[in-house]
Amino acid sequence: MSDGAASAAASSAPLLELRGISKSFPGVKALDDVSFAIHPGEVHMLLGENGAGKSSLMKILCGAYTADAGEFYYKGENVTLSSTAEAQALGIAVIFQEFSLVPFLDIAQNIFLGREPKGRIPGTIDRRRILADAKRVLDGIGFDIDPKVVVDTLGVAQQQMVEIAKAISQNARILVMDEPTAALSDREVELLFALIARLKADGVAIVYISHRMAEVFAIGDRITVLRDGRRIDQVRPAEVTPDQLVRMMVGRNVDMTYPRRFAEQPGELVLQVKGLSAATGISDIDIEVRQGEIVGLCGLVGSGRTEVARAIFGADPVTTGEIIFDGKPITGEPDVAARRGIALIPESRKSEGLALLRSVGDNLVVAALKKLFPSRLYDPRGAQRTAEGLIRQLRIATPSARQMVGLLSGGNQQKVVIGKWLAAGARLFIFDEPTRGIDIGAKSEIFALIDRLVAEGAAALMISSEQIEICHVCDRAYVMRDGRIAGHLARSELTEENIVRLGMHHE
Amino acid sequence: MTDIAKNAPSPAWSLLSHNAAQLFYRLLAALLICIVLSVLSDAFLSLGNILNVLRQASLTFFIASGLTLVVLTAGLDLSVGANVALSACLAGTVIHQTGSPTLGILAGLLTGGTVGLMNGVMVTAMRIPSFIATYGMLWVLNGVTYWYMAGETIHGFPAGFRQIGSGYFLGLPIPVYLLLVFLAIGTAFAQRTVWGQEIYAIGANPVAARLSGIPVNCRLLLVYTVSGTMAGLASIIFLSRLNSAEADIGESLTLPAIAAVLIGGTSLFGGVGTIFGTFVGALILTLVLNGMNLLSINANWQPLVTGIIVIIAVWLDMRTRRSAP
Repeated sequence: MSDGAASAAASSAPLLELRGISKSFPGVKALDDVSFAIHPGEVHMLLGENGAGKSSLMKILCGAYTADAGEFYYKGENVTLSSTAEAQALGIAVIFQEFSLVPFLDIAQNIFLGREPKGRIPGTIDRRRILADAKRVLDGIGFDIDPKVVVDTLGVAQQQMVEIAKAISQNARILVMDEPTAALSDREVELLFALIARLKADGVAIVYISHRMAEVFAIGDRITVLRDGRRIDQVRPAEVTPDQLVRMMVGRNVDMTYPRRFAEQPGELVLQVKGLSAATGISDIDIEVRQGEIVGLCGLVGSGRTEVARAIFGADPVTTGEIIFDGKPITGEPDVAARRGIALIPESRKSEGLALLRSVGDNLVVAALKKLFPSRLYDPRGAQRTAEGLIRQLRIATPSARQMVGLLSGGNQQKVVIGKWLAAGARLFIFDEPTRGIDIGAKSEIFALIDRLVAEGAAALMISSEQIEICHVCDRAYVMRDGRIAGHLARSELTEENIVRLGMHHE
Repeated sequence: MTDIAKNAPSPAWSLLSHNAAQLFYRLLAALLICIVLSVLSDAFLSLGNILNVLRQASLTFFIASGLTLVVLTAGLDLSVGANVALSACLAGTVIHQTGSPTLGILAGLLTGGTVGLMNGVMVTAMRIPSFIATYGMLWVLNGVTYWYMAGETIHGFPAGFRQIGSGYFLGLPIPVYLLLVFLAIGTAFAQRTVWGQEIYAIGANPVAARLSGIPVNCRLLLVYTVSGTMAGLASIIFLSRLNSAEADIGESLTLPAIAAVLIGGTSLFGGVGTIFGTFVGALILTLVLNGMNLLSINANWQPLVTGIIVIIAVWLDMRTRRSAP
């Protein structure tokens, strides 16, 4: 299972080799000494949890990020890779999950966007040549469609084909695909795999990021596992079992501990979600949360966790099902949920949780205005007193309540978002990635705060992509997959491996 | 926004002092204009002229104050001028038909408020951007008013009614009293009520406001209705002062009202600004135009000067806001 064995068995010299790539962001080491070889005619699977460094590696490959350290070798020659132009010159093309097509242009226009062949009259475009060239590229990948069809009218699978055609037309020799089957039906997946086989035969190298165990073994020639920004191992599919891969993805030395006083006996039922479905892609969700509990909601990014949180809070309309809070059903907009005592601490703190240009004080009282001022007459001094009380209680590091909240650090901003719901007297706190972008020290402070909340009689539902946090902090957890609850893990079953196993696809 | 967020916290700087400074500079600018004008023109400091400036400023202020609330939510109401015209014409008709100024005033306020509510429905329930919704409303209102008036003028109202716009009380024009009353009410509403605070929160970040449990659509309906009602109030004062109503009286009102809001320091991006600022904005605008009249500068220059003042005021605002540590 060692590196040496894998490369000795390699059929060809690597097309592109990355050696010792590192990349840091403030507070995070996204990639740490990662080496990675891409061979022509091979599918190289890239595996890892959310935040393992896959996206960073992908962005370095396409030139969007520049590595802090490390070297690149193209056909054995030392090259630089610090801009998208350089990546393109090396024949690297990336197909992101969010396509970069222009919806109102046709297929041919999209394929040649920005490099249209010029017509005879200056300033014009040779439309006939575009169509002919597009047809040739599409035929080349076996995609039988009229290049004059507008992209907007295509399905996801067809749009993906257009993206691939676009990459091929730019002479891409290395194709990086980010979870290409995430939105495809079984038949479409077959067609994609047939195309991948065809590209392999042409000598194209493919880097394939996946969360589906079955396809790792179905089409992978090599597997690289990343964890916490490090390359854990590189193996051949025949050398490993799915269980071994899962262990590689999650196994780590656990050195972080969070304070948590687990309740002996959970209290009253606070939240009961029954058969909840919404147009945002979640269906048949059943969740219960009791007083004094922190209940985890995990699963891969995109599995519908945020959508569940938003539906409970009334931020997205519910199609079927029931949400019962404190024994009474709840429907309507977020103002209803907030009035009843539900709080949402959203995933994107800056765009959804705070008014960045307003003061810390304004942000702290905004959800509690009606509670603080039942007469509807606003008293700035009263608001400031409340804000200052919260600043002391939560130890928010700010020179004063008048400081603009956008100037605080991530951890302190998160405390402001939590603080506004303390002021409002919420009893169910829904946390969506409460520690995202927050440094370790502030993380344990946030968890201590959540622990205190539930110890004092509140309840919490916590979404996190950090399985380790869920395992340490939660009383139990639900795991989501494809918009549904894939399973429930009691405290005793709550391990990273179980979470990953339930959240992954094993079709 | 990100520029500001990147900077390190500075204990010396706080939001309140910054906003207070913005207001202070505006008052200083108004004072400076007064000093310059009193040097250049003997007529400027006469009681008659000063009262005239205040009365002019009050007319702009009535429209601009309601508009300020809309702009605070990052919206815009382009229909205020057309709303004044329709409201004035309907109010005038009611007074003529019934002989009752009270019913006429009610008709004017009701018309203005209803138009505002319709704007609010378009912006909230139909999710049309306010700029487009109220721009369409402008044309609709003009169409209705021109059709209704058919080129006629409604002229001649009871003396009591005419007092509202042209009468005096204790030596001051009645509109100046109304100005003070609505300045106080508007400021109290924006600064000292829960609804006012919610309006600021919506303008600063509508998504965060909704996710903080603020009923955003209800507040927006309120804001557009208030803006319309203030246009209705302005229509009554116009009607009373002009002693006549025509279909085209609103055409020159919208843009100066927007100018007053912008000169007053309210940001078109929402969340920043005050009613008092808008009052100072209306004052600066009126002072400059009054000064140009006194100095016999051709009236054709007035739009140009207005435009330059708006651009400079907004530019200075954005500069100081960006450079704020």
